Amino acid sequence: MRTSAYFGLLIVIAILALLPFVLPNSFYLDLAIRMAINAVIVLGLNLLIGFAGQISLGHAGFLGIGAYASAVLPTHFGLHPLLAMGAGAALAGLLAALVARPIFRLKGNYLAMATLGLGIILNIALRNEAAWTGGPDGMPVPAFGLAGFELSSDRQWYWVAAALLTVSVWASLNLIDSPFGRALRALHGSEVAARVVGVDVARYKLAIFVMSAVFASLMGSVTAHYVGFVTPGVADFFHSIELVTMVVIGGMASVYGSLVGAVLLTALPQALTAFEGWETVVFGAILMLCMIFLPRGLVPTLAARFGRAA
Amino acid sequence: MLAQFLQFLFSGVTVGATYALAALGFTLIYNASNVINFAQGEFIMLGGMLAVFFAQSGLPLPAAMLLAILIPAGVGVLIEKLAIEPVKGAETVSLIIITIGASLVIRGLAAVGFGKGTFSLPAFSGDTPIDVLGATLMPQSLWVLGVTAAAVGALWYFFNYSLAGKAMLATACNRTAAQLVGIDTNGVLFLSFALSAGMGALGGILIAPLTLTAYDVGVMLGLKGFVAAVLGGLGNGLGAVVGGLLVGLIEALGAGYISSAYKDAIPFVLILLILFFMPRGLFGARLTERV
Repeated sequence: MRTSAYFGLLIVIAILALLPFVLPNSFYLDLAIRMAINAVIVLGLNLLIGFAGQISLGHAGFLGIGAYASAVLPTHFGLHPLLAMGAGAALAGLLAALVARPIFRLKGNYLAMATLGLGIILNIALRNEAAWTGGPDGMPVPAFGLAGFELSSDRQWYWVAAALLTVSVWASLNLIDSPFGRALRALHGSEVAARVVGVDVARYKLAIFVMSAVFASLMGSVTAHYVGFVTPGVADFFHSIELVTMVVIGGMASVYGSLVGAVLLTALPQALTAFEGWETVVFGAILMLCMIFLPRGLVPTLAARFGRAA
Repeated sequence: MLAQFLQFLFSGVTVGATYALAALGFTLIYNASNVINFAQGEFIMLGGMLAVFFAQSGLPLPAAMLLAILIPAGVGVLIEKLAIEPVKGAETVSLIIITIGASLVIRGLAAVGFGKGTFSLPAFSGDTPIDVLGATLMPQSLWVLGVTAAAVGALWYFFNYSLAGKAMLATACNRTAAQLVGIDTNGVLFLSFALSAGMGALGGILIAPLTLTAYDVGVMLGLKGFVAAVLGGLGNGLGAVVGGLLVGLIEALGAGYISSAYKDAIPFVLILLILFFMPRGLFGARLTERV
């Protein structure tokens, strides 16, 4: 890991450590928790979009798998929440591998179409199987506990989310500089060149896609336990778009960009309440303007302007 | 038994015609620019909503329809000029996001302008169903099929016998070569957005009397049109039409015989199967990538 990257990680840790002491009330604490959870999801998705150059338009589907695994398995089968979380992640990973394996042998951005289809099918299934999932109304999620200790207060959840985020940032930074990360970056530069120097392109793409799906499912479970309730909305197409937008606005292939994207877009709906009824319009306009004027995203563009590597 | 099958067939082909028009829209824009326009569904929605709006404000139906096609075409051109042309050559991911942003803006404006209720357009020639071997066929279905066939025919004529159409084909085939022989490829891009938005809007108007319309119908209609375009082989005009009809048919038969609750899921199961087993679609060309 480069020193500049370490420096960034220290700043992230410092901000996370100080934040709960400066936040005025529980509303902001809740916002911070959701920002941190989104940031972890976006980190995973950014590895796929930014490094493998593939876009997933159904990532909320994987989030939904995790969220509903944590809701359905403990409720209907009495499974321990930790096991349920693991089962969800395994299912998401398996499904991702199953769908992506044939896709990655093709050239072009077919993953976008396949994930789009997968996400919509999952969402429809969640809405229809009301006996298991509560249908469009959703269902409650039991609290998360380990060895007699139960996570309940927002404070506790904040430290859990902050710890998860720190570990994820650290892991992403390491991953990018590992041989695996170098192979991914080569692949994004030129697939043919990467193949010529011996990178198994299809296998690396598959690995990163499965990883990001597992990431999403785990964080889906965490969100479900934190909120205490799930609805099919977690898995809908619009949520997938939101996640992709976080990646793109923050900056593709930028670890800190992912954090910035997640923070900004999680705060955006709060900021847009002033535009009652116009939220969708403003959201769409921001997307377009960002892509037209800042095609590389906020963090890489600003970093280039101030002459520092991000 | 036969009557039931015919019933599914009629409804499938009717909806399929709308998917076919949407798929043609995807194909036109994809050929001119390699952009997959995720705002295509919003043109369908705009067509239906504007037709309702103009018809309710007292315009005769043909005039309302004409306006409901021209305005979305103008919106399409606006998107091309303001959002697609400035970023030409950007990554696929960026282009997909721009069109998604455009779709959100259009849908949001429609929700603000028309409200979030559902609207219906009166059928073009009455609601007396026609009895065909025990199945009922709405006169509007005939309108949908007839007008769609006429539009497809006109488009075919345009591509084969007009200079502008041939210029579009040439650009789709090889953009640089087209530029070298003096074709205004920006003009082609402009035209393809106008045409594809107009096609989508036409589909939206035709289907509105049968299915009701609302500010958010564009998402599903657009995505299914996209499935149809992929099924036919992305970039192939004939494929788009056949793909649209097939998707409509499979959806109607699946909803009728398997599960109506999963009706909307059927086209997306289809797209996964296509990608696994025949990624070039029914009529797609074999491509080799040059390095």
